[in-house]
Amino acid sequence: MALRASVIVFPGSNCDRDVMVALTQASGKAPNMIWHADTTLPASDLIVIPGGFSYGDYLRTGAMAAHSPIMNEVIAQAKKGVRVLGICNGFQILCETQLLPGVLLRNKSLKFVCRHVPMEVANTDSDFTRAYQKGQVLSIPIAHGDGNYFADDATLKRLEDKGQIALRYCDNPNGAARNIAGIFNESRSIMGLMPHPERAADPLLGSTDGQGVFKSLVESLA
Amino acid sequence: MKARIDVILKDGVLDPQGKAIHQALRHLGFEKVREVRQGKVIEIDLDETDKNRALSGLKTMSEKLLANQVIENYRITLQD
Repeated sequence: MALRASVIVFPGSNCDRDVMVALTQASGKAPNMIWHADTTLPASDLIVIPGGFSYGDYLRTGAMAAHSPIMNEVIAQAKKGVRVLGICNGFQILCETQLLPGVLLRNKSLKFVCRHVPMEVANTDSDFTRAYQKGQVLSIPIAHGDGNYFADDATLKRLEDKGQIALRYCDNPNGAARNIAGIFNESRSIMGLMPHPERAADPLLGSTDGQGVFKSLVESLA
Repeated sequence: MKARIDVILKDGVLDPQGKAIHQALRHLGFEKVREVRQGKVIEIDLDETDKNRALSGLKTMSEKLLANQVIENYRITLQD
């Protein structure tokens, strides 16, 4: 059966269509596009919270979107084990809902960083990363002003000990703690990452290193 | 009833904006500035006359939305 995916669209999302294309290419089936004001989700194997600037990043990045009407349903489904992928602003939103620990702070440089950066796959034992090799170095674009992952020391240690670090930057672009580019929740049913795999999922985009995320999901869930 | 909520980063959380402001103040000759932390001020006008109910509502607002307690502390001040 083809992967049933739902992509949540907020006012200010701008990577929703890119992720739709990447998912359609990987699975052969277009995802449902779900408006943030909706309160129900179609039956889904995967929920994607895309990148962008939901609500103009007002208050804190992701803070307003985390309380959108649809998020009650996303949280309920996530707690039942439905896979959730949050990319960039989606990662920030997942941290604000506390589905993932920690928070994304302003980049240490105070600059918006928009370029391909190298990163290493830290854990391949997940539905999001199994198509990669452990230690494989990927070139995937980042595009954010608030990507500096922060959590207290106890949380960081727990992330390390339980294999919850998904991706690490090879050359830290934003000050993130322990070079963290992406993390899982404890059961690895949720992944949040700052890099944009959907922007590296077609040869025309200059890199296909991001395809592995979508291939992994199709392989695991379809 | 009007209230003011100050939201400020916890100690130990990097505040690059505060650091940049500190640097700028030093350039302006304010050499005695030891540290700068930048936060937010949120003013709220509440349809409420009971002080305790107002405080309890503002506390919930702060914890649910206005501050992220992973990185921020908040302080509520009621104004008359």
